[in-house]
Amino acid sequence: MPELPFPLPPLPTVSQVVFLMIAVLAVLGSLAVVLARNLFHSALGLVAAFFGAAGVYIVAEAEFIGVSQVLVYVGAISTLIAFAIMLTRGMMFGATSPRNRQSGTAAIITVLTFVVLMALTRGIPWPHAGEPIVDGQLIIAGLGHAFVNEYVVPFVLLAMLLLVALAGAIVVARDRK
Amino acid sequence: MVPLTWYLILAAFMFSSGLFATLGRRNAIAVLMGIELMLNAANINLIAFWRYGVAPTENLDGQIFALFVIAVAAAEVAIGLALVISVYRNRRTVHLDDLDILKG
Repeated sequence: MPELPFPLPPLPTVSQVVFLMIAVLAVLGSLAVVLARNLFHSALGLVAAFFGAAGVYIVAEAEFIGVSQVLVYVGAISTLIAFAIMLTRGMMFGATSPRNRQSGTAAIITVLTFVVLMALTRGIPWPHAGEPIVDGQLIIAGLGHAFVNEYVVPFVLLAMLLLVALAGAIVVARDRK
Repeated sequence: MVPLTWYLILAAFMFSSGLFATLGRRNAIAVLMGIELMLNAANINLIAFWRYGVAPTENLDGQIFALFVIAVAAAEVAIGLALVISVYRNRRTVHLDDLDILKG
């Protein structure tokens, strides 16, 4: 077999291919959120981005977070946003642009932020592989243990926050007449 | 395994999209969607750094932070959409260019 004049790039592994497909889904969803003229298409793109993030968590072996993401974001938050879009109907088909008056400045700030983040990402030698996870059940058990031991005060505060937010949302959105 | 850089690039892109949606969209609901995108990008970074950190099976702080972020995001979006509906009921608009009564 003749020698190649250049070394072949290493073939992507299965998890890398899966990650790339999920990343394409998330990127397209994010672009739809930003660019779609119809607000409902933005909401559908947001669902795609949520699913993409859940897939990324599962590729990173954080399956519990991935399932929580699907339950909370795709199940609850997307439904809430779809209801809000329907309740403010007539607002989503503007004859004018979907962007506001300061969108030029916003675009400059966004591009600068992205450039800075990319420079940070490229400038630091990040690790290429984490330590292997042997027993994934230890993670779930550890999460449950942490929430009732060292994180119990934030956990209870979070429960109170959710209760207050629930009651507050009802009070704010209520028809006063 | 997937390099950590890939996670960071994806999260940076999602964060930038969310930032532009928050600052540049005209509809208040689209602004809330942008905030959700930014929180998701932060969560991807938390999970990625948890996975590539030291002893991911014992050191679960990244996952716990991500769960807290998810719960706070749920509370935030409920309040935000309630505010949007309240504003729509009073002003008959959710376009941010028209909501300028606090402008001096």
